[in-house]
Amino acid sequence: MQINSSLHLAEALWDPTVLKSGATRQGFGKALVEAAKRDERIVGLCADLTESTQMHLFAEAFPERFAQVGVAEQNLVTVASGMAAAGKIPFCSSYAAFSPGRNWEQIRTTICYNDRNVKMVGSHAGLSVGPDGATHQALEDIAITRVLPNMYVIVPADVEQAYAATLAIAQDTHPTYLRLAREKSPIFTTSETPFEIGKAQVLVEGTDVTLIGAGPMLYEGLRAAYLLGGKISVEVINLHTIKPFDVETVVASARKTGAVVTLEEHQINGGIGGAVAEVLAEHAPTKIHRIGMRDCFGESGKAAELWKHFGLTAESIAQEMSVLQFADDNDSKHST
Amino acid sequence: MITDRKELALIANTIRQDLLRALNTAGSGHSGGPLGMADIFTVLYFQAMKHDPQNTDWDERDRLVLSNGHICPVLYATMAHAGYFSVDELMTLRQLGSRIQGHPHRSALPGLETTSGPLGSGLSQGSGMAWAAKLDGKKHTVFVLTSDGEHQEGNHWEAVMFAAKYKLDNLIQIMDRNFIQIEGNTEEVMPLDPIKEKYEAFNWHVIEVNGHHYEEIISAITEAKAVKGKPVLINALTTPGKGVSFMEGDYKWHGKPPSAEELEKALAELQQVRTQIEQDQYDY
Repeated sequence: MQINSSLHLAEALWDPTVLKSGATRQGFGKALVEAAKRDERIVGLCADLTESTQMHLFAEAFPERFAQVGVAEQNLVTVASGMAAAGKIPFCSSYAAFSPGRNWEQIRTTICYNDRNVKMVGSHAGLSVGPDGATHQALEDIAITRVLPNMYVIVPADVEQAYAATLAIAQDTHPTYLRLAREKSPIFTTSETPFEIGKAQVLVEGTDVTLIGAGPMLYEGLRAAYLLGGKISVEVINLHTIKPFDVETVVASARKTGAVVTLEEHQINGGIGGAVAEVLAEHAPTKIHRIGMRDCFGESGKAAELWKHFGLTAESIAQEMSVLQFADDNDSKHST
Repeated sequence: MITDRKELALIANTIRQDLLRALNTAGSGHSGGPLGMADIFTVLYFQAMKHDPQNTDWDERDRLVLSNGHICPVLYATMAHAGYFSVDELMTLRQLGSRIQGHPHRSALPGLETTSGPLGSGLSQGSGMAWAAKLDGKKHTVFVLTSDGEHQEGNHWEAVMFAAKYKLDNLIQIMDRNFIQIEGNTEEVMPLDPIKEKYEAFNWHVIEVNGHHYEEIISAITEAKAVKGKPVLINALTTPGKGVSFMEGDYKWHGKPPSAEELEKALAELQQVRTQIEQDQYDY
């Protein structure tokens, strides 16, 4: 396995029992406090989920710069738009199912079209919110945000990356959707791992197939690559920024391997799979297999049970990839 | 600052004529609401608001958020006469390449505070501005103009609660209470009355005015600015289509422009009013 040394990934990369774990929302919560210390324009808003989204750390540190809007997601983002108009850099948080789930038109008109620098933080995204069930499992949020002009969409892979991503978007001027998870997951990046908005990371180099994912589920993909190690050489890409899409990195990898698998805790339609398919169809038509939610809703269960149930664990992913017979498709590899 | 009602009435009359011309040229757009709000816009831009058409980023300016963006012909016509752009440019309303978009687009035209059109979001944005102004100790006022019809949007009431919670006394909402919306009378589509009691129950200060009476509008804004600890609603009773007999009070004029023939009749009526104002024969 060719681990990309420039990324300074965790040492025990392949062993989830050794890696520390954390939830991406925690990285956000800590980083927001740090960002707010550095920039007094930063303000926070929340829709009655302050502790859940880890914004309580900010609210406790900067009470006068925090607004509690109550259970009112439409108001959450539109008040934030007004604060941005007044020169503030608002971070507004809720569950992804509600923001951007419920308030999409307000985001479209008053933030994206209006070009206001608002950071929308959607926590508890994906299946891993678990027992709350399908109502609370945002599986469409990447699709509905990435389609909006001006919007950036960031999905950090672990708690360290969530910290770095939060600091990065605080300094950027675009409206941004930051997708976070409730559950803890292995921390495989480190404080030394660079983070640049829009720059995908080749975590592991391979030659047979490219596996592209984002968010905590990406670690399952990494583990799948490890499990396939002897049979299939997998290149693993962390597409932490869904938009702006890193065409160069993804196209170069697809041309090298000639086959692409996408992995996401999201509908395969319109999400990472959709985005990758669009880009490759245009730039480097490549055989693609999308792993994720196949046009269906989730259900109640523990996070780990759900990932297993829907075939999204390392073992399932490895199994699914092993029967794709990419080796036979080597002829279709691009020469450039 | 213009306080003379005759002078204000003449400006409002010009605004009405020009917005109808622009709507006729555009061939689409809303007539009723803009005509009904011309007097209030005239007071805001020529008497009440602190603003500078030559310096649209001036930090101390009062902010005007037009929530019901579809009545923008009156905003545009007022801005043109206040010096933000030419009346010639006003006539490019809704045309390809124009800064005068069918619904207000902030990035296109300096002087606009927000992009609007989809209803029910303006009070939230104004509240965010007012909240931030308080945080920074700034003294300007945020005016949010809303329609009665858009009170049917849930987003609006979320903002009503927010503004009261944070005691945004630097926020003044002026509601165009004209009782019409696209499909008919507001009280038939979805009753809103009693407005005053509703807002007072939400901890707002409410002032009711005749939206065509300059002294009443001016004194309501003065009163609103003096209120402490609460946001203020100025409930402005207006006549949609005001100044054009065949448009007044008729909801069918909510969302259409005048034809060439209708424009001619409308301008003739408004010109008649103008003469009355000039000769001190107008009944305010």
